[in-house]
Amino acid sequence: MRAGLKRFARNRMAVLGAVVLLLVLVLVLIGPVVYPQGAFAITGKPMQPPGGGFLLGTDTLGRDVAAGIALGARTSMLVGVASTCVAILLGAVIGGLAGYYRGWVEIALMQVTAFFQTIPSFILALLLVAILSPSLTSEIIAIALVSWPAIARLVRGQFVALGGREFVLACVGLGAGDARIIFRHLLPNCASPVIAVGSLLIATAILLETGLAFLGLGDPNLMSWGLQISAGRAVLRQAWWVCTFPGIAILLTVLAINMVGDGLNEALNPRLREG
Amino acid sequence: MRAVLDISGLSIALPKGADRSHAVRNLSLTLQAGQITCLIGESGSGKSLAARAIMGLLPPRVQIDKGVLQFGAIDLAHATPAQMRGIRGAEIAMIFQEPMTALNPLHSIGRQIGEILRIHTKLSAKERRARVVELLDQVHLPEPTRLLNAYPHQLSGGQRQRAMIAMALALRPKLLIADEPTTALDVTTQAQILTLIHDLQRERGTAVLFITHDFGVVAEIADNVAVMQHGVLVEQGTRDAVLRNPQHPYTQALIEAVPKLDPPMRAPIPPIPLMLETHKLRKTYNARGLFGGSGTIALDGIDLALRRGETLGLVGESGSGKSTLARAITRLMPIDSGEILLSGHDISRLSRAQMRPLRKRIQMVFQDPFASLDPRQRVAEIIAEGPIIHGATPEAARDRACELLAMVGLDPSAADRYPHEFSGGQRQRIGIARALAMDPEILVADEPVSALDVSVQAQVLALLEDIKQRLRLSMIFVTHDLRVALQICDRIAVMRQGRVVEIGETAALHAAPQHPYTKALFAAVPGAQWAVHDGPKDV
Repeated sequence: MRAGLKRFARNRMAVLGAVVLLLVLVLVLIGPVVYPQGAFAITGKPMQPPGGGFLLGTDTLGRDVAAGIALGARTSMLVGVASTCVAILLGAVIGGLAGYYRGWVEIALMQVTAFFQTIPSFILALLLVAILSPSLTSEIIAIALVSWPAIARLVRGQFVALGGREFVLACVGLGAGDARIIFRHLLPNCASPVIAVGSLLIATAILLETGLAFLGLGDPNLMSWGLQISAGRAVLRQAWWVCTFPGIAILLTVLAINMVGDGLNEALNPRLREG
Repeated sequence: MRAVLDISGLSIALPKGADRSHAVRNLSLTLQAGQITCLIGESGSGKSLAARAIMGLLPPRVQIDKGVLQFGAIDLAHATPAQMRGIRGAEIAMIFQEPMTALNPLHSIGRQIGEILRIHTKLSAKERRARVVELLDQVHLPEPTRLLNAYPHQLSGGQRQRAMIAMALALRPKLLIADEPTTALDVTTQAQILTLIHDLQRERGTAVLFITHDFGVVAEIADNVAVMQHGVLVEQGTRDAVLRNPQHPYTQALIEAVPKLDPPMRAPIPPIPLMLETHKLRKTYNARGLFGGSGTIALDGIDLALRRGETLGLVGESGSGKSTLARAITRLMPIDSGEILLSGHDISRLSRAQMRPLRKRIQMVFQDPFASLDPRQRVAEIIAEGPIIHGATPEAARDRACELLAMVGLDPSAADRYPHEFSGGQRQRIGIARALAMDPEILVADEPVSALDVSVQAQVLALLEDIKQRLRLSMIFVTHDLRVALQICDRIAVMRQGRVVEIGETAALHAAPQHPYTKALFAAVPGAQWAVHDGPKDV
């Protein structure tokens, strides 16, 4: 793991991504301090261009775009990280059970996984949020429910590969139970690839969240980048800044997470490592 | 005599951050036409990299630093890639350790051998085909015309290695590099392949660079011997000179470490009490696939008994069922029928929960020291795990782990390190400590030294012997290596195709093997006629 971090540090793109990501996190932390009035407060005249009284201008209702971006970062990161955590938990349990017990358990669970993968994830997420009624929790649940199959397949593959290793057999020989073998030995040994794939999932989750918010299925009480773009799309030609800056924020964040994820994948995945 | 390849002052640089700056330092060696030069050394000695440097096939970031590889008029160290392509296969050929990975599984044997002829000659398709059949015949493969269309997985290990040799010799190269070509093979197959390489090479006057770690193999086929240690050539000379009268202390130590093919005197073990018995043990592996035919019979009615305090050797070639038997006895693998009696009580039908309290009494040491330890656990956790499962407090288990580390000859500071920080021999010691932590009565060791270098092998064997005496253990020792079995076992059971064909006291079995298969095994041990410590009896 430590050697993996060293390899990560040698990858310039990944380090650049990490720096951008760190800036986004700083934004999440200082946002409420810099903009104590909140993102929905009407602070000035509508549709002011950037550079005047407001750094990034104001939207159709006179709300500060910069405040929206700073406070919307929180929603994006929260949904991204929380839904990925739930997806990893769900995927690890399902993939782990399938990979450890094999046989009919594996067939059944992998069929369910395949079923989820056949439905386009955005449509499914849309449907789930519509059923659950739009809120932060239902967004997280919906995104987690469409993201876990990738993790499940990965964990299952790892378990199958590790299950044949002699150290697992040695544990059985010591009299270890299933729980001990799964939690103490198998799961820690697939941590590296799961971290790598999970970090990429965060980026996908943020994009999904933006898409949901754009369609008005986000939490109506929370500012988010998707909501900002949605609000500004009608005035795209008169007030380009309302859509553009949240769009750039999404682009930079997702790109940064992808670069970090690729870096982690290369650093932690032994198969991609060159001799 | 004619020099085919003259290596002088060869140094191979390793990338920064490796454990040493040079894999090979200042190697000078001359390979003569019609002679076999054995390059012998332990893992990490740089012998394989030296061979790959000759072929121009060094891994990325590893480079020839200095030196000249004079091959005819060309210096291979400075040859262009195009020149190397012309030489590789045509003038210098190579055979590898694992013929399964060296052959392309998607191409038929005929196509793969024919490919070399297509690249380097102007023969027509029909001529190529005839030549391939001729080559397959020369390496004594049965039914060469039928084999043309066979795929690598349809051949046995020995047959694949023969096909590799046919491929390597297709263009009558001046130099053949053989990198541990028989290490992955059974001992009887190994003997045949060694004879084949020897005969073909004599017939054609090929120079051979034969890389090996096995002095038995050296005694069998070498004309000249070169010994490498940590990238430095420490000794070279003719086979008789090096084996009979080694000059360098490292060579002496290596030869000393080769187990003698002569069992030491052992006090007889009383036939009762019995620790473990098996009655009519059967196990069949099911054929895979939807329409798979009959399965493979791994155990075909095994009747064995382990006496208290003895070491019982299970000897056999791959597929003989010896490892299956070891795993069946420890209940790590289900059996189809039969009984396993532990001190008279049948354990073969116990559930996993019922088996758990009995696990303490019978423990296993595994073959692969790299796969048998969890890479994410610290050494102390690995050793303490068993006692903790069986109710010891973590503190007590940890203290015991430190004691055990000392017992297996490791420093107690090893407790907080991870397995990858240790060498193969040290890891095997950790594996032994893990088994001992349970205070077992029976130790089942499955090829515990076959992945280790010969000098380390001797140390681990001595450790097992010492521990067995001190703790009064009974041991089942699985091995394919008769030399090792003769040194450590009180009795030996010879297995073949899931059956025990012969069982007897080690000394008696060695002096007068009864079964023809046992006789064949003894005859096939490389360097058998070479009693290493007092020179050849008849070479």
